[in-house]
Amino acid sequence: MATDAFAGSFDTRTGTIYNVSGGDWDTISPAADGQKEQIVVNMGPQHPSTHGVLRLILQLEGETVVEARCGIGYLHTGIEKNLEFRNWTQGVTFVTRMDYLSPFFNETAYCLGVEKLLGITDQIPERAQVIRVMMMELNRISSHLVALATGGMELGALTAMIFGFRERELVLDIFEMVTGLRMNSAYVRPGGVAQDITDDQVLRIKETLPLLRSRLKDTTDLLVDNPIWMARTSGVGYLDLAGCMSLGMTGPVLRSTGLPHDLRKAQPYSGYDTYDFDVVTVDTADCYGRFLIRVGEMKQSLRIVEQCLERLDKPGPVMIQDAKIGWPAQLSVGSDGQGNSPEHINHIMAQSMEALIHHFKLVTEGFRVPTGQVYSAVESPRGELGVHVVSDGGTRPYRVHYRDPSFTNLQATAAMCEGSMISDVVAAVASIDPVMGGVDR
Amino acid sequence: MTEGPTSAPVTPREAGLEIAAGQVTPPAELLNLIEVRDGAFGSRGSGDTSGFGGLVQPVVMPGPTPPPYGGWFDDLAGELELALADHGLPMRSAVESVVVDRGEITFYVRREHLLIFATVLRDEPALRFEMCMGVSGVHYPLEAGRELHAVYNFQSITHNRRVRVEVAAPDADPHVPSITSVYPTNDWHERETYDFFGLIFDGHPALTRILMPDDWPGHPQRKDYPLGGIPVEYKGAKVPPPDLRREYS
Repeated sequence: MATDAFAGSFDTRTGTIYNVSGGDWDTISPAADGQKEQIVVNMGPQHPSTHGVLRLILQLEGETVVEARCGIGYLHTGIEKNLEFRNWTQGVTFVTRMDYLSPFFNETAYCLGVEKLLGITDQIPERAQVIRVMMMELNRISSHLVALATGGMELGALTAMIFGFRERELVLDIFEMVTGLRMNSAYVRPGGVAQDITDDQVLRIKETLPLLRSRLKDTTDLLVDNPIWMARTSGVGYLDLAGCMSLGMTGPVLRSTGLPHDLRKAQPYSGYDTYDFDVVTVDTADCYGRFLIRVGEMKQSLRIVEQCLERLDKPGPVMIQDAKIGWPAQLSVGSDGQGNSPEHINHIMAQSMEALIHHFKLVTEGFRVPTGQVYSAVESPRGELGVHVVSDGGTRPYRVHYRDPSFTNLQATAAMCEGSMISDVVAAVASIDPVMGGVDR
Repeated sequence: MTEGPTSAPVTPREAGLEIAAGQVTPPAELLNLIEVRDGAFGSRGSGDTSGFGGLVQPVVMPGPTPPPYGGWFDDLAGELELALADHGLPMRSAVESVVVDRGEITFYVRREHLLIFATVLRDEPALRFEMCMGVSGVHYPLEAGRELHAVYNFQSITHNRRVRVEVAAPDADPHVPSITSVYPTNDWHERETYDFFGLIFDGHPALTRILMPDDWPGHPQRKDYPLGGIPVEYKGAKVPPPDLRREYS
């Protein structure tokens, strides 16, 4: 073996280790005596095809993946710990930043938990629930669009990426119009939602929907019958029902095995049982099937949004009537930006000292939540998003734990990828659609 | 709100639990004592003129529920008892207590019987909890001898039911059996709980940190984990850690 200053080698108990710093493999490693050569490749955490700051540790034999492991934690921000030092309402601002592609699901799951602890689940106004459902379903569309866009990009379909992100902006514009922010809105609050939606906004959403519908068709038509797309995804990333059950998979991955499990149908919350929609399933258990499910779910979400818009014709409160929980003020946009409405400011500053005290106590201290623990779950675009909330009777959460579907589903990487080609790893991970903000929290 | 790391642990009895628990006094060691609050407004360091300064209130989690539990909970408990008996394990020795609260049922299981309990939950046709939704840790520093809790949520798609199982371990011996052999999905969840609470899941194939760096000292989600402040580049100022900031509750 040639001794090379730039590419030395040394023997260990498990085989020869080559240190390569330049040159050609052939001159460095003359075919290692007929042994099959395995190398370990770090894919990520900075890699355009790993769907975020995900580090894949792949043991390769040629281009075949022998072992695949995930390294996560690069986006850990300690949100669950931070929550324990903010009051219950402020918690929404944190949880919305976990899975940053589905903020409304994070917020709603958290608020449903807090409301269950407070025992006010059935006091949430009808209109607030309709708005929540509408925002969640619009969010499902925007999230699935990113799944298609980044998934397409990772497999080389750049047009799908451009289209997906462009269509997503239509939805984000709606979010911005309603909540003031494109992402991380902190819009859903314990007791209702932060702000009512105006007739004008409802009208503009109604106007957007036909455009969104036709654009969705354009985007998905790019891929649905595309032979290259099918060749890259059909039969790839296979995981059957038994695998899904034991690995705790939920969402599109579970439904791609043919099991129509959807929490919106199985354990309805926020009035989902009153909407007309179908659970989309396929039975291929592969990446292409999961893609078809996302396409189908976007259409179903549009159906739900249309039903929501009809119900929004009826005015009503959007925050619980209990003044000890509901935020005291509605926001309004003034000449100097967004803030409390002038009527409310006038009321607390000029008319009622009690109202001022009440406002101050509720905003700075917050409301108390009786001791206990609950688990609340919603069907997020990626599967079951569960929240375990523990209260010690104080104004702050004692413990909030998110069972994020991205975190759980990512465990299936090894089961989906081992034995396949390295290019299939990209397709498999994209079909899981992990959002690292949710994985690492 | 959170007890600082310096405060000595208070036993449930010292905290005056008998008074707080009301007419039916459950065994104190079964209750989750979270905190002992004094006063009413959380004021510290100044004279309390409210008249509530002498108030001492133990904060406890909802206590055990005597049967019947109501609804399908009774069927579930009955099936569990039968299934556990098939494994030669009486319900009473496996389950410390049952809590029904806010429409959810929690079984407090003795940690040595957790694995068999999980197996029964999954395999028994009448139970059939196919999915484990992971494990969440909770740290109750005041609950002497049961400081660390592992909380499991199970879901049955067949019967469309949910059940919660909680086990406790003392801080001095933070061991809980791993249920990854029954529910492989708990692999990462148990690593996460180990990472953040220091609970050691015996039998886990590779119990290492998962979200924090490998060489991180301590377990950050524990209530006694010291919080850092944020240094500000202005005349050596420092934003104090959140538990030392001014608060209104």
